[in-house]
Amino acid sequence: MSAGNMSLTLKVWRQKNGKSEGNFETYSLDGISPDMSFLEMFDVLNEKLVSENKEPIAFDHDCREGICGTCSMYINGRPHGPLKGVTTCQLHMRSFQDGDTIVVEPWRAAAFPVVKDLVVDRTSFDRIISAGGFVSINTGNARDANSLPIPKESADEAFMSAACIGCGACVAACKNSSAMLFTSAKVSQLSLLPQGQAERKIRAEKMVAQMDSEGFGACTNTGACSAECPKEISLDNIARLNREYLGSKITSSLV
Amino acid sequence: MSWLTQTLSSSIGKKLIVALTGLFLCTFLIVHAVGNLQLFKSDEGLAFNMYTVFMTTNPLIKTISYGLYAFILIHAFYGFYLAYVNRKARGTTNYARINNQSSWSSRNMAVLGTVLLVFIIVHMSEFWYEYKFGHLPYKSYTIDLAQGTVVNTENMPADFVLNSKMEEKLNDDNTTKTIIVKDLYVEAQEAFSNPLLVLFYVLGMVAVSLHLIHGFRSAMQTLGANHPKYNPLFDFVGVWLFAILIPVAFAAMPIYFFVQHLMQ
Amino acid sequence: MATSSHLDAKIPDGPLDTKWTKFRSSVPLVNPSNKRRIEVIVVGTGLAGASAAASLAELGYQVKAFCFQDSPRRAHSIAAQGGINAAKNYQNDGDSIYRLFYDTIKGGDYRSREANVYRLSEVSGSIIDQCVAQGVPFAREYGGLLSNRSFGGVQVQRTFYAAGQTGQQLLLGAYSALQRQVGIGAVKMYTRHEMLDVVNIDGKCRGIIVRNLVTGELERHSAHAVLLCTGGYGNVFYLSTNAMGCNVTAAWRAHKRGAYFGNPCFTQIHPTCIPVSGDHQSKLTLMSESLRNDGRIWVPKKKDDNRPGNDIPEEERDYYLERRYPAFGNLVPRDIASRAAKERCDAGYGVGPSKMAVYLDYAAAIERYGRGEVNKNNIENATPELIQQLGKAVVKEKYGNLFDMYKQITGEDPYEVPMRIYPAVHYTMGGLWVDYNLMTTVPGLYALGEANFSDHGANRLGASALMQGLADGYFVIPYTIGAYLAGEIRTGAISTEHEEFAKVEAEVQGKIKKLLTIQGKTSPETFHRKLGKIMWDKCGMARNEQGLKEAIAEIQALRKEFWKDVKVMGEENTFNPELDKANRVADFLELGELMCHDALDRNESCGGHFREEYQTEEGEALRDDENFMYVSAWEFKDESNWELHKEELVYDNIKIAQRSYK
Repeated sequence: MSAGNMSLTLKVWRQKNGKSEGNFETYSLDGISPDMSFLEMFDVLNEKLVSENKEPIAFDHDCREGICGTCSMYINGRPHGPLKGVTTCQLHMRSFQDGDTIVVEPWRAAAFPVVKDLVVDRTSFDRIISAGGFVSINTGNARDANSLPIPKESADEAFMSAACIGCGACVAACKNSSAMLFTSAKVSQLSLLPQGQAERKIRAEKMVAQMDSEGFGACTNTGACSAECPKEISLDNIARLNREYLGSKITSSLV
Repeated sequence: MSWLTQTLSSSIGKKLIVALTGLFLCTFLIVHAVGNLQLFKSDEGLAFNMYTVFMTTNPLIKTISYGLYAFILIHAFYGFYLAYVNRKARGTTNYARINNQSSWSSRNMAVLGTVLLVFIIVHMSEFWYEYKFGHLPYKSYTIDLAQGTVVNTENMPADFVLNSKMEEKLNDDNTTKTIIVKDLYVEAQEAFSNPLLVLFYVLGMVAVSLHLIHGFRSAMQTLGANHPKYNPLFDFVGVWLFAILIPVAFAAMPIYFFVQHLMQ
Repeated sequence: MATSSHLDAKIPDGPLDTKWTKFRSSVPLVNPSNKRRIEVIVVGTGLAGASAAASLAELGYQVKAFCFQDSPRRAHSIAAQGGINAAKNYQNDGDSIYRLFYDTIKGGDYRSREANVYRLSEVSGSIIDQCVAQGVPFAREYGGLLSNRSFGGVQVQRTFYAAGQTGQQLLLGAYSALQRQVGIGAVKMYTRHEMLDVVNIDGKCRGIIVRNLVTGELERHSAHAVLLCTGGYGNVFYLSTNAMGCNVTAAWRAHKRGAYFGNPCFTQIHPTCIPVSGDHQSKLTLMSESLRNDGRIWVPKKKDDNRPGNDIPEEERDYYLERRYPAFGNLVPRDIASRAAKERCDAGYGVGPSKMAVYLDYAAAIERYGRGEVNKNNIENATPELIQQLGKAVVKEKYGNLFDMYKQITGEDPYEVPMRIYPAVHYTMGGLWVDYNLMTTVPGLYALGEANFSDHGANRLGASALMQGLADGYFVIPYTIGAYLAGEIRTGAISTEHEEFAKVEAEVQGKIKKLLTIQGKTSPETFHRKLGKIMWDKCGMARNEQGLKEAIAEIQALRKEFWKDVKVMGEENTFNPELDKANRVADFLELGELMCHDALDRNESCGGHFREEYQTEEGEALRDDENFMYVSAWEFKDESNWELHKEELVYDNIKIAQRSYK
């Protein structure tokens, strides 16, 4: 019931590890069903490679339902492929034509070094969060949840920013490899909510400093990040981060 | 002041410098375009030449213009520096295929900026340098005081030199006055009879348009000015004023002279 | 296999509603200067792991946290959609700690421990407070207060949610608390590290062996206590709603080092998942249970009816849930809805290309909502097209994101054609057996969240998994761990040079080398698929003695074949996902057998465990409280040999009743 009839040519980036040079390998693949997800197509390819005694292609993936942010393929020149608002794992082969050549690359950014093949190291994102992407509240210190009403609009807007899955498509899409969309989404979420006010200034300063020290580029407002974001995080967040950062730098008591 | 240097050397700070200098250059463009509209006045260049004298002698304007030169250099320097840093952030390997979902101009601000820098150098050597250090001829205008119209003009001999840029005297008949002024107008007339230069200027204005269609809106975003109520206004100003009206007005000038030259 | 029935859960004495308070106030403490010298390892960074690691670090313990993903934020807790329960009674609808406790025990079909569940209900409110304080953007009403919705199996509104991404938002809250501790150096985070064994010294758990998944090197880490927060084992079925990386390895290796495994056969099958589209299928996607509120479930009355759903006239459709359970209809609990779908498909009435699906039809709801809109807006002589249009708009507002997801995956438009759904493995109630302190049978080794067996009995209610994970991590372990660690203050630093570390590391190394040297013909993936099929067919939604016995034999044979014929590509000391996979499949191949033994032992039907021999005349589950009101805790002896320990369940506060949804 599954046998499909699509034939594809895949040009996939292969790289042994972070130190070695990489190159493209070309593979042809038959019997692909349009109902397969893009990653399932890669499973088929890997099974084929194993049967030919070749090492399968390493790629990051986990939940396969578009929420964990692990999958990270740069497909035909676009992070997560041709669809808008969709992660690689939710992309299906019916978005391609029989006979297509598909070029698959890892995210490319100095701050995302390649681990192997299509797998990159995104721990820089974790370090940005560690620098300030939290509310400092120890367990057990919270007051009753309803003692602090939050306007629905603020809560909804904060939620939209909090929807970021940290996949790094924004960095991959950006010609400057800037992490502004990622950083700004977290800064926005917490600056929109009353809980985030106490650390509002220091948060923006520290997160931007960490972002810069990781080697991400500067935002030049091209908008590619938001256009490619699988969760469609808005550019408004970046403007808000600029405001938060500059406002904090000018007014905070840190000399 | 470590906080200030820290701020300005951060990624957002660098952008802030580019944005603020850029916005200043935008306001300069408005002034420059409005002033240059004098070129279209059919008074054989009197108004334009007088405007030029004003712009190069008024102390306030002179001060601002030195600021302007500095801002152009800072804008260019930081622009290139950012482009370099951003290129480095991209890593060592380029994508084999790019299908970027952003506008061409937004991705090529540094290229457009380089074109504009070349343009500014050519433009300034053509006019500013000639005016200040070159040997521009002088022209005298006789003006009817009652009507305010130019009744006679005379090109001064090539070796005629004044101590100042302009000399104004009341004629003996008490009804006319004569103004002798450096004739930048004729320089423009001559320069823009060259079709290659006209083409260069028109392309320069295309670059201005493309640079500003992204630049203005981007500068607002960098300053954090992004609000659903005002975004339409920013878009309107960015597109209609800076990307269309001003470049078109500037481009019209060389074309105007070239057409005049053809019709002679 | 031998059995014994003495297992002390260390439940505090006294009345149910003061057990926890009294225990908390009397549990031994570790003073702050001693905490600094005590190390705790947390394996897994989902809701339970991240919240535990953060909370323990806040208390002053030295914490090391491990996850196999590239970031702690990717743990599969992130995929939970629906919500989290809490007995806040914000809706003033009569909710209380006791009610939440009662609903959870009843939902679990009377196979969970009273004291644990009551404690869970007690701390549920604090979880919401903590999450809100962290900046978790829960849904709110216009007045700015928190919004609640109702969920299956209960009569109050106590579920807090953040659109369809509650798990994501809660996990990001716990993750940010964890990253804060990482930032100040209180937690040392190890990403892309997989735990491959625990090290016990003199009867106490003293550390773990992990593999650095990037370099392939084995590392030894010592600690005074080890917390396994490694999630469930649903992937033993190959196809499940779990993430690809979810595995039982950490729990299983702990089990083989002395931790008993509790109720392994209790697995939850979720009724509304998108059906399998082909052999290539790698995982299944859940569609929120809320779809059953408005959708009608049916199959054709005729066997092997190949007409498209829309072409089958009304009188030839069998709305089997409405027919069998007129009182609850399409809203029967998960286990019942799942079994009924399987029954129809097995009988030959399934739909779709695979015939392993039933229809979830929104046509009636669209029509009904459309007419409602027409009435509301006083539209006269509305055309059928207009009614359709208005109805679809209402449905889109309520379920738009789910409909989009369905269309994305199947390529079919659910506004036009009935959706096809089929049950899928979703959650495992079973897990490592733990006492009231969440400690396993190995001193110093704890299990939290889905990795333990504790609170859900034989069936978990919706929106309870998030609650349990966070309760364990934020509000239980920080107190209960003191009971053990207070005795460890004189232990001092534990050396990883101890011979036991060397021995265990060598065993892990040997296993890896063996996997790499077999070089047979079959990929780990293929073995996993085969195991999944056995488990699904014979230890899935319905089980019987004969099938289970066959399954045990088949799994044993498959395991033998695995160790003879598996082919693992790549090298040992490199990033090698194939090797990771092989390691995990090897453990699933052992777990699968234990699940079958457990299911075979339990000669009754309860919750998610349905033994075909034990059903009423109408085909409903038949529980046997007389003989099976116990937790099965299995002790590993050696290959294919376990000893069953029984923890008798005592219900002092709840009157046991038969569930009925007719």
